[in-house]
Amino acid sequence: MSQDTATTDGTRRPLLRVRELTVRFGMRHGRRIAAVSDVSFDLAAGECLALVGESGCGKSVLASALLGLLPANARTDGSALLYGPGQGTGLDLLAADEATLARTVRGRRVGLVPQSPAAHLTPVRTVRSQLAETVRELTGARGRELAAVTRAAAERAAFPVDHLDRYPHQLSGGLAQRAATALALVGDAPLLLADEPTTGLDRDLVERTVDELRAHTDDGRGLLLITHDLAAAERVADRVAVMYAGRVVELADAGDFFGEPGPRHPYARGLLAALPERAFTPIPGMPPELDALPDGCAFAPRCTRASAECARLPAAEEGVACHHPVTGARPAVGRREGSEGSKV
Amino acid sequence: MTADPHPALELSGITAGYERRAPVLRDVSLTVHGSEAVGLLGPSGCGKSTLAKVAALLHRPYAGTVRLGGEPARGWRHRAPRAQRTAVGVVFQQPRLAADPRLTLAALIAEPLRATGRGREATERVRELADAVGLGGDLLDRRPHEVSDGQLQRACVARALVLRPRVLVCDEMTAMLDASTTAALVTVVEDYRQRSGAALLAVGHDRTLLERWCDRTVELAGAGGGTDGEEVRSAPRAPADTSAG
Ligand code: SF4
Repeated sequence: MSQDTATTDGTRRPLLRVRELTVRFGMRHGRRIAAVSDVSFDLAAGECLALVGESGCGKSVLASALLGLLPANARTDGSALLYGPGQGTGLDLLAADEATLARTVRGRRVGLVPQSPAAHLTPVRTVRSQLAETVRELTGARGRELAAVTRAAAERAAFPVDHLDRYPHQLSGGLAQRAATALALVGDAPLLLADEPTTGLDRDLVERTVDELRAHTDDGRGLLLITHDLAAAERVADRVAVMYAGRVVELADAGDFFGEPGPRHPYARGLLAALPERAFTPIPGMPPELDALPDGCAFAPRCTRASAECARLPAAEEGVACHHPVTGARPAVGRREGSEGSKV
Repeated sequence: MTADPHPALELSGITAGYERRAPVLRDVSLTVHGSEAVGLLGPSGCGKSTLAKVAALLHRPYAGTVRLGGEPARGWRHRAPRAQRTAVGVVFQQPRLAADPRLTLAALIAEPLRATGRGREATERVRELADAVGLGGDLLDRRPHEVSDGQLQRACVARALVLRPRVLVCDEMTAMLDASTTAALVTVVEDYRQRSGAALLAVGHDRTLLERWCDRTVELAGAGGGTDGEEVRSAPRAPADTSAG
């Protein structure tokens, strides 16, 4: 039933197939940071997969790995196959050289909606000039056609055409995000990768931004939405992958995850219960350091279900990597029960 | 809780911004009493962060008065009198912009103590606060680039509390954080507020969060919404159910 199994025989090819993706950073004094470990998932055309987790869980490193934007001290393992027309075997994004990535992948086959549009836009040039340059580069349009395509590109991301002659610093956070989204959409890339696209935006704008991104999957694009904003993920995702300490600990249908029966991994459950519209209780403790991960389950020191077995790394089974996943209905705890100080 | 007749923080008729002819705030008034937690909501660009900076004595308004415990503010930024400057603790959205990259987290937390000649209290205060915000192990010896945003923000919250402020201003404190770290830091702030009787002004755009966190929320209209001469509109707390979906 789930889309990740439908592809194993090759009859329904995904847009992106990530297998055992691992990223290690070599640091000074022989320190090694296990930023991403054994991550596997598929993303189908027309689908939105939300990759959620807290800062430092590896989700942004994973995004950089897919775009070939990791720093020189990174070592990757595994594969990330990007399929496209006439690409039966797929292009392994982890193995591709920089020239291929720059010429044929970034912007053309994978559009990046960045976390910090301010950093993504050139401060000394107007939005029109930056957008036009990207349009020229990716579509070859010139002259009047260029002007028209540039306007159309702005409109596609709901960027107001009468603001095209502004400089980035003259834009609100929401409009800067749309300008960056417009740039990401120019090349008509079949895969959109949005890395924390809503950080710092108002709730209304968060909703509008993710709705707009979601709308681009309706014409067959795949959307990998990387976010710490669970409400945003709930709003638009078909499936959710929860990352903790570099691993995907749960991969679930969004409806099951946010509704009933709810998350099955204890960490994912704790994360949802921490939401202000739910119990608003934090998970005690902090994630482990990525240069000193335990051999077993990395969540064990914070987990109320931990047992001796958890000293062994849990394998992912039916989308959950846990020795004692939560089964059955959601317990009464977790939804707005009146704890001290929760003033509701 | 407090017998002080004066509100902990009183902003009256504040007009402020970055261009005198086009201020982002016009004639805005807001009062926060001791022990009270007020959430200030508004769309981006409405001036709520500017108001937070004015309240924290970090931005001089063109017009209007800021009173702390009844005393009018007599200066801004480094010109604010020490007693007033140290009465307000502030936490911003982006810990990386708010933290000196050369300092260890321990030094970062102790910075306000050192700056006010109370460095001798540092060791003990830092230990207490590190405990409260959950910074254990060798994290205190690390520098900002060696920790995550969430860990750095924990240190920034500890720094804001180190002088035991009577007013705490949190400007989008949790906007970059995950749900669990958000709940953890709100708990730290609430523990402090309840123990100390400090006033809290929590500025943000997340209605669900601020309504859950604060005693009441007030709303600043958007810049395009004709804020001329308008007062901050106060809204009662929403019934518990409306945000539970
Ligand atoms: S494997 Fe064990 S420690 Fe890890 S999440 Fe599951 S129950 Fe908890």
